[in-house]
Amino acid sequence: MLSFLQGFWVILKHTFRKRETVLYPEEKIYLPPRFRGRIILSRDPDGAERCVACHLCSSVCPVDCIALQAAEDETGRRYPEFFRINFSRCILCGFCEEACPTAAIQLTPDFEMAEYLRENLVYEKEDLLISGPGKYPGYNFYKVAGLAVGGKDKGDGENEETPVDVHGLLP
Amino acid sequence: MILKHVLIVIGVLGGAMSASAGLVWLERRLLAVWQDRYGPNRVGPFGLLQVAADGIKMFFKEDWVPPFADKPVFILAPVLAMVTALLSFAVLPFAPGIVVADLNIGLLYFLAVVALGVFGIALGGWSSNNKYALIGAVRGVAQMLSYEVFMGLSLMGVVLIAGTFNLSEIVMAQKHMWNVVPQFPGFVLFTIAGFAETHRTPFDLPEAESELVAGYHTEYSGMKFGLFFVGEYLGVTMTSAMIVILFFGGWMGPFFPPIVWFLGKTFVFICFFILVRAALPRPRYDQLMGYAWKVLLPLSLLNLLVTGAFVVGGYI
Ligand code: SF4
Ligand code: SF4
Repeated sequence: MLSFLQGFWVILKHTFRKRETVLYPEEKIYLPPRFRGRIILSRDPDGAERCVACHLCSSVCPVDCIALQAAEDETGRRYPEFFRINFSRCILCGFCEEACPTAAIQLTPDFEMAEYLRENLVYEKEDLLISGPGKYPGYNFYKVAGLAVGGKDKGDGENEETPVDVHGLLP
Repeated sequence: MILKHVLIVIGVLGGAMSASAGLVWLERRLLAVWQDRYGPNRVGPFGLLQVAADGIKMFFKEDWVPPFADKPVFILAPVLAMVTALLSFAVLPFAPGIVVADLNIGLLYFLAVVALGVFGIALGGWSSNNKYALIGAVRGVAQMLSYEVFMGLSLMGVVLIAGTFNLSEIVMAQKHMWNVVPQFPGFVLFTIAGFAETHRTPFDLPEAESELVAGYHTEYSGMKFGLFFVGEYLGVTMTSAMIVILFFGGWMGPFFPPIVWFLGKTFVFICFFILVRAALPRPRYDQLMGYAWKVLLPLSLLNLLVTGAFVVGGYI
């Protein structure tokens, strides 16, 4: 019986405690930069699309919500013809970001994506692509890939040496 | 005269219904306060229109009768649950003269009508044809039966002191001292029984959502579920009012008009109901039954015996 009364007292004291609830729309909590929210496609520092349409993200995605079509421009640079993420299925697991070799696909600290129509949750490339490099400011995949591609020959990249001419006699 | 009576009936009905609707909001708000949350605070001032939002939602939900249920009984059960809860409001004296039916056996009528409340649960659980609903209903019946026994007995002390079953006269008899002082054990026992009768935590075993899905109203949806809910809140209001009438001097009090006193005291006990829900866990089923028969029933008999001795001896 006494313990009941103690219990009531403890509960009553909670009347004047600080509330735990964050009154959301008026008050917002800080989301760390690595928060896994809305997905974007970033560009490299030169302003070109980073995505090389390697399909790694779409194959790692546990709910198969990424669809893309690979294409190649005249300089040999690969890019996605379309890139579609269905956010009504995406579980924001971040696997795509981990799999991406070019740091193109990134998750951002934004979760306010509610829509009245389900179709509006399907984001196309225009919706996903941003104008900056996102979380990896200096990174340019083609500059470190060692590949000859539009405007950049082998050996022109960062930390690259000109290729050895294996047919020549000179050391 | 007739007009006054009709007005009282309408007033009591409307008051009871709006009180039970308001309780939906009050309970959620108070529980939130005691759990360091805010509760519903978006719809209207202080979230008060949440009641309206809930009502609209209830009305527009699909009213589903499962094909395996016993249809007529299934539909009848929630109606019973609510009507029996409403019936007992007829004898509550809110203030001098403001009572629907001033029966000279008001207290007996109250006990009888409250006992009918078990049919809502029993029939609802039985006709659902669902094992969880049935377990809930069986628990409900056993619990209500065993708690009814000493609920009646715990009130007999009050009847002995006042010498009447008429609720208005019981209130008048507390002019000098509230019954809670000489009848403190009776008050505690009746409160416990009241919790069990309205199957509120810690006696919500017929519902027991953590073990029985939702107990006897597992299969109910839409407004049928709403009726069960309103019935429960009506029960809370009615039990609180009953505690006030029997033990806390009903409408008596200085300065304010009687009705204010009555409603204020009732409100305090409604809050107490919610506080108990916030504070106490649900006991095991056998503990509940054993407690009723082995502890509370002998205690209420003892209380009756001692009170009787005092009354016969002329001390009260
Ligand atoms: S976050 Fe997970 S679920 Fe969403 S697109 Fe990336 S891999 Fe798929
Ligand atoms: S976003 Fe990354 S992983 Fe996905 S196709 Fe483009 S480069 Fe590959």
